[in-house]
Amino acid sequence: MTRKKSFSDRLADWLPRLVMAPSLLVILVGVYLFIAWTGWISLSSSRMVPQYDFVGLEQYYRLWATPRWHTAVANLFIFSALFLAVTIGVGLVMAILLDQNIRAEGALRAVYLYPMALSFIVTGTAWKWILNPDLGIQKVVNGLGWESFVFNWITQPKFAIYTIVIAAVWQSSGFAMAIFLAGLRGIDNSVIKAAQIEGATLPRIYASIIVPMLRPAFLSVTVLLSYIAIKNFDLVLAMTNGGPGNATEVPSTFMFSATFRRNQMGVGAASAMMMLMTVAAIIIPYLYSELKESRDGQ
Amino acid sequence: MASEYGSAARSRMIGRAFIYGSLVLLAALYLMPLWVMITTSLKSLDEIYGGSFIGLPQAVTFEAWGKAWSQACIGTACTGLKPYFINSLMMVVPAVLLSTGIGALNGYVLTKWRFRGANLVFGLILFGCFLPFQAVLLPMAQVLGKLGLSGTIPGLVLVHTVYGICFTTLFFRNYFVTIPDELTKAAQIDGAGFFRIFFSIMLPAALPIMVVSCIWQFTQIWNDFLFGVSFTAGESSPVTVALNNVVNVTMGRKQYNVDMAAAMIAALPTLVVYVVAGRYFVRGLTAGAVKG
Amino acid sequence: MATLEIDRVRKAYGNMEVLKEVSISIGSGDFLVLLGPSGCGKSTLLNMIAGLEGITAGQIRIDGDVVNDLSPKDRDIAMVFQSYALYPTMTVRQNIEFGMKIRGVPPAERDKATREAAELLQMAHLLDRRPSQLSGGQRQRVAMGRALVRHPKLFLFDEPLSNLDAKLRVDMRTEIKRLHQRLGTTIVYVTHDQIEAMTLATRVAVMKDGIVQHLDEPQVVYDRPANVYVARFVGSPAMNIIPGRLIEGAAGPELEMDQPDGGKSRISGVAVSEDARRQYAGKPVLVGIRPEGFSVAEPGQQAVQAAIEVVEPTGPDTLAMFTLGGVEVIARLAPRTAHAGQTARLAVEMAKVVLFDPQTEIRID
Repeated sequence: MTRKKSFSDRLADWLPRLVMAPSLLVILVGVYLFIAWTGWISLSSSRMVPQYDFVGLEQYYRLWATPRWHTAVANLFIFSALFLAVTIGVGLVMAILLDQNIRAEGALRAVYLYPMALSFIVTGTAWKWILNPDLGIQKVVNGLGWESFVFNWITQPKFAIYTIVIAAVWQSSGFAMAIFLAGLRGIDNSVIKAAQIEGATLPRIYASIIVPMLRPAFLSVTVLLSYIAIKNFDLVLAMTNGGPGNATEVPSTFMFSATFRRNQMGVGAASAMMMLMTVAAIIIPYLYSELKESRDGQ
Repeated sequence: MASEYGSAARSRMIGRAFIYGSLVLLAALYLMPLWVMITTSLKSLDEIYGGSFIGLPQAVTFEAWGKAWSQACIGTACTGLKPYFINSLMMVVPAVLLSTGIGALNGYVLTKWRFRGANLVFGLILFGCFLPFQAVLLPMAQVLGKLGLSGTIPGLVLVHTVYGICFTTLFFRNYFVTIPDELTKAAQIDGAGFFRIFFSIMLPAALPIMVVSCIWQFTQIWNDFLFGVSFTAGESSPVTVALNNVVNVTMGRKQYNVDMAAAMIAALPTLVVYVVAGRYFVRGLTAGAVKG
Repeated sequence: MATLEIDRVRKAYGNMEVLKEVSISIGSGDFLVLLGPSGCGKSTLLNMIAGLEGITAGQIRIDGDVVNDLSPKDRDIAMVFQSYALYPTMTVRQNIEFGMKIRGVPPAERDKATREAAELLQMAHLLDRRPSQLSGGQRQRVAMGRALVRHPKLFLFDEPLSNLDAKLRVDMRTEIKRLHQRLGTTIVYVTHDQIEAMTLATRVAVMKDGIVQHLDEPQVVYDRPANVYVARFVGSPAMNIIPGRLIEGAAGPELEMDQPDGGKSRISGVAVSEDARRQYAGKPVLVGIRPEGFSVAEPGQQAVQAAIEVVEPTGPDTLAMFTLGGVEVIARLAPRTAHAGQTARLAVEMAKVVLFDPQTEIRID
């Protein structure tokens, strides 16, 4: 006697794919089709409304001929380099200090991390007030007797971008700390003991053994912070709104104002594609290696 | 011997003091902005312009909070943050529930019912976690317009759900991967089907990651500014957009105490969640970095 | 109770063939052990019997019914897994009752079945605990209880003892054997542990690379392994496989093996068929001798010269290592009968000697 597959069994075979299908469709449209769409607009003559013609790379030429875009790209580099270096440095130091059997470690960790729960708009609002030269930090230091102290970077075109770095580091270093701490906790204690028996001092052990072992954590932190740096938009808007003048323009604010404020949709789309390509160049190899590793690990 | 031992102990003491000193100093630095925000929001405007920045308020007043909540002007409408706060709530609750629910199902399928191409599907979804949203703003604005959803809360719910699925799928996939496949097999032999296994076995076991996912999504969506400012205007804005408008009012004497109160109001929901469930929040943060 | 027929079953993932034409059939009440190293296809075969994986070609029949296209729940089987696969959020009772609930068994009956199973496995006091509160052995019991209450035609075990410590493994092994004797259910049991196979099975299928190498009663598999692979896999220490030569001696066929000092050991009385005797006369063969096939020779008894290199007393007996035919050979001798550095004369139990073809490695009869 042979029993055939029933209809409900057949349906059951397909059910997982059916359940997954809407999500996949939504992602295909919302991410990949939309990217292609933006790509098309960047190759069209769109200004106020989308035009679906083809003008080649004209918008990209126009984009790279815009001084404001050059400012934005330069700012992104300055911001990213400083932001990454300082955040990683501060995060690593905090993680190492916290890893020394600290009482109240939980409370301290919570304090370092809470800025991450805030909106960049809130962070920006707070720091804008703190850095206000008339009433903020500068005033406090002046009041303490140091009359000549000047800290008015937020109003200086040359220095305003650094104030954004300060606020961004404050917000994100707890995040770096959390990942480094997780990495430190994953290191086998016997390594430290072995090095101690060989007579190495604690700073030495950290510098030559522990920190090199944190390589995966460094990679993760670098990639994720780069992503935060590139998409940074709210913080700039809240702190300086791209100013003074356009001194703190970054690609994300450039894209937004070109598209929604200055009727240069094509240029805006071109700048968005530039951002996307930068992110993809960093993220795709990272994801690929992460996925490959976890598959090899199985 | 004794003195040697004593000096070793002393240098150890100095080391510990240095470590604790640094940690406390750092903590003070990290708390300073919050301190400034709270104290400023409790001061009168005169006191602020009188030069009190870091100190405690001479007379605590909740006037600024009241103003920020119900009187501050956003553009021309002087309604305070209240309606926008409600907007954010209306947006965040459905978007969190939808994206978490869908992410749970996706994670379940991707780990327990692997089909041909499942890895590719996961890869496609994963990249969505790191999408610079600028690359989809324009088409999304067009589509929302076509759907009649532009400038509406349901429109924002849709957008946040779509892009939220990426992270929630990652969370649940990485969690379900750690649950042995044999569990699904045993349930199949017991006669349970796809949904029965999901609801009776997987979901109850996934409680911790559900909390992580909800908290992460709540924080992300509540704090979002880009989608809010791009797809809504005026009355339908979320609270972050309204806050930015309050702060950037240029007319008259700047009301820093109201700004800070408004910032605190916008920050409170996520801060409360952080204080109550910080452990889960950290797990969400590190999920993008630590593979499952 | 049911018969199980696996009829020319194949399994391939794309181009990768995991099972190549496997045919096994067992009778009602048989205890079949699928034995082999990881990656030999034994677990895949078990999953196919359970209906958890599709069948590329061939048929699986339970009690004569082809079950190829039946879903697991319709095959009337129960399965116990290596990781126990207990539902973590349910109590022991809920774990056991879950399947019955799905099949719509009334509460009173469920309760009765659960209590019976709990009594049988001595776990009545555990019913309201959660899996996380149980020890490994207790979890194993619960997993078996969950399978028992189904009264299935066929019990499937997937390496059920691998996660237990050595002592517990022996206890549970006995328990499974007792259960089988008491219930008489047909069982298919997957393991890589040859002792489990020997102790539990009524039929053993030794598998390698998706092929059944030998299917028979455990004692036959042990005594007359079908090929060198099976000979080495079953038994510990493994059967010695010594290169040698089949020679026509004065009193019939003899085996000749090289000694490390350049001399030759010759033993006569090898059991070999006339055909094989003709075919292999004067040619090299592989001589299979179990460690216990050696014993210290009585004076006048025929023997091989063994320059003992190492001895390992195990308590009940002593393992002696020496070189013969260019390979290391292990003999299981009575305690204190051999010492390192000594040259011993060892007798061989000729009736238990098995010969293999050096090229095909298949047993010569």
